[in-house]
Amino acid sequence: MQRRLTGSADDPRIRSRYRTESRFKAYTITALFVAFAIILAFFADIITQGYSAFWRSEIQVTLDYNERAERVGQFALQEELREVVSRGAVRSIPLEIRNNPELAGSTREVWVPVYSRVDQYLKGNEELDPELAPIVDRLAEEDRIRNVFNWAFFTSGDSKLPEMAGIFSAAVGSILVLFVTLMFAFPIGVMSAIYLEEFAPDNKLTQLIEVNINNLAAVPSIIFGLLGLAVFINTFGVPRSSALVGGLTLGLMTLPIIIISTRAALRSVPDPIRLGAFAMGCSRWQVVRDHVLPLSLPGILTGTIIGLAQAMGETAPLIIVGMIAYIPDAPTSIFDSATVLPAQVFTWASEPRKAFVEKTGAGIMVLLAILLTLNAAAVFLRRRFERRW
Amino acid sequence: MGIGTTTLLLLLALAPLGLLAFRLGRGKAIANMAAGISMHSRPQQYGWYSVVWMGMPALGVALAAAVLSLLGVISPARELVLLVSVAVAAIGLAHGLRAIRPEVRARNALDNVVRYLLMGAALISIMTTIAIVLSIVFEAMRFFREVSVWEFVTGTVWAPGDTFLEAAGRGDEVEEGTSFFGSVPLFAGTFMVTAIAMATALPIGLLSAIFMSEYATRAQRSIAKPVLEILAGIPTVVYGFFAAITVTPIVVDIAEFFGLDASYSNILSPGIVMGIMIIPFISSLSDDVINSIPQSLREGAYALGTTHSETIKQVILPAALPGVISAFLLGVSRALGETMIVVMAAGVRPNLTWNPLEDMTTVTVNIVYALTGDQAFDSPMTLAAFALGLVLFTVTLMLNLVSTYLVRRFKQKYD
Repeated sequence: MQRRLTGSADDPRIRSRYRTESRFKAYTITALFVAFAIILAFFADIITQGYSAFWRSEIQVTLDYNERAERVGQFALQEELREVVSRGAVRSIPLEIRNNPELAGSTREVWVPVYSRVDQYLKGNEELDPELAPIVDRLAEEDRIRNVFNWAFFTSGDSKLPEMAGIFSAAVGSILVLFVTLMFAFPIGVMSAIYLEEFAPDNKLTQLIEVNINNLAAVPSIIFGLLGLAVFINTFGVPRSSALVGGLTLGLMTLPIIIISTRAALRSVPDPIRLGAFAMGCSRWQVVRDHVLPLSLPGILTGTIIGLAQAMGETAPLIIVGMIAYIPDAPTSIFDSATVLPAQVFTWASEPRKAFVEKTGAGIMVLLAILLTLNAAAVFLRRRFERRW
Repeated sequence: MGIGTTTLLLLLALAPLGLLAFRLGRGKAIANMAAGISMHSRPQQYGWYSVVWMGMPALGVALAAAVLSLLGVISPARELVLLVSVAVAAIGLAHGLRAIRPEVRARNALDNVVRYLLMGAALISIMTTIAIVLSIVFEAMRFFREVSVWEFVTGTVWAPGDTFLEAAGRGDEVEEGTSFFGSVPLFAGTFMVTAIAMATALPIGLLSAIFMSEYATRAQRSIAKPVLEILAGIPTVVYGFFAAITVTPIVVDIAEFFGLDASYSNILSPGIVMGIMIIPFISSLSDDVINSIPQSLREGAYALGTTHSETIKQVILPAALPGVISAFLLGVSRALGETMIVVMAAGVRPNLTWNPLEDMTTVTVNIVYALTGDQAFDSPMTLAAFALGLVLFTVTLMLNLVSTYLVRRFKQKYD
């Protein structure tokens, strides 16, 4: 009998080795698919939680500017509607009458937002009081309730009434904070990177700075919050909760990111460009300013955008410096108390009321949309302007 | 006059002076050249030279005054500082213009000024580190004056509860010994959540990295890598919401199905979600490391007749081990310092247990809770937050140092 060749395909040991091979490959593919499935489930979950907040129910009511409404806005409504209409919608009626006395005694037909629980009921998220539900059902049948795009979500600030709450003031806060962060971290970051990459001699001090920057980039963000609290608020007396202290804290956090990416951008400019400029008699600063910097600008901007996107999503250090205040009106300066988008999301997420869950989801969708756009812009910049030397 | 307006006014006063200095300096140099005198540098460099002479001393005076008044040595009126600075600017301008002579090397002087400016910016990063260390150590010291280090490190009861009475000036109502600052339960929670996170992230991250670097085609890789990195760009507050609203109920349901009792603030779900957050860190670092292993190692293994997976398990992974460990340590350091996920999904009750279905609290949760209430800044509870922060900072710093050391060793070996 002929001995089978070892190593031939039907050798049982070889077959088992091949089985191990395909099993291992299957493990790696499974891992990747698990990760993809998580990502899909994550986005699907956030969208199902949040999309309904972009619509809201409005009800057609006849506002009666009678005498009692001059004191309490609710009395401008028919009695059965008082529980259905949002208190926020009629809150300002006494003030309106005071400012325009000719309104008194008149009536007006308007669409106003409904009470958040009614809104949730109409969206099918929540049960409603057995007394209120039939009224709402009847109004819906009479076509006096409509479902419209919730512009107020983008134009109003935080509110204790879910149907009135929006992201506007948090968005303004985020812009102010990012402005301070950029003003602080961009110039200092780029200057440090230029020094380290183009000017610094290779000595102990330079090495110390380098090690430092790399470690700062990996310090947990909450530590920067402690720093901001101890240094900016307690030592320098920067107002707590202000965009200034938030921006400076995030600036310190973003600084190492900007330095590291700027250095990479500067390093990618090949030496012959520098040598050519030196040969034409440029001083070191002229070489950097007129030749190296313009060539590395896209890389620097890419790194800055990524750093800012990271700062924009950061919550923990801002909570520590007090930026989770209740801010119904948008801040007007960097010294005003402010909150930011992620902190607003956090505040809403800690609300027990069901109506705030969809607000949280919607806030997250806006935040993610902004961050993904920023990151896509960074990728685009890199692709568009990347130069291979 | 606020410090903001003073700065603004100072800059408003110096800006036109700067423009004037530039014009005059350049003008003088041009005039000299027109008169046939050969100057060392270009005219605009003399312009900048006089701007520096005008601006630097003036800003120096203002800065010195600001520092002195912050330190409380003297506190001059802001108007006075403003006036003196502008006067110094004028004197500097006059001196700078007089100094424009053919033999003055304006270009070299400017290069030096720029060099020192840039160096000053680079030193800010060191100052940040020093500020972190000093501010945290200083507050932590104040804490350890009241609570012994031994109790903090070995105590198993964390109950800072009654210290707010002390902060409110009602310290005499506090019974002796009602506050306990034993941090062991907090660190137990932090290590538990970190262990769960790494148990989730390491297999998924590492196996994905192996697929992307060893099995995937170029096209598959160019899709898989950016998609995984989306996970790294999601804010932690979003993960926290996901953990609290979606994952926790699922975990509780599954536990119930098996007849187990899970808390609604169990430590398992923030751990899993934190693991999801860390996947891209592990996968992209491991991917880089595996890619940088020389092809010759693989070819040597194939030549000996090993299958692809045997090559990976017996040649590639051992060679990549330092890099993978470094990625793991970076992941651990992220997990230790992660705040929002645990604040939103984990508990606040200090609990020393091995059961991940119970609620536990972590170091970062307690830092946040200590600092968001209406505590006086020097209450022991607030200071305890700094003590916890100090430990957190030290541990993550050491992890990072070890991790960078490993990566450097790895690179030296194969580059």
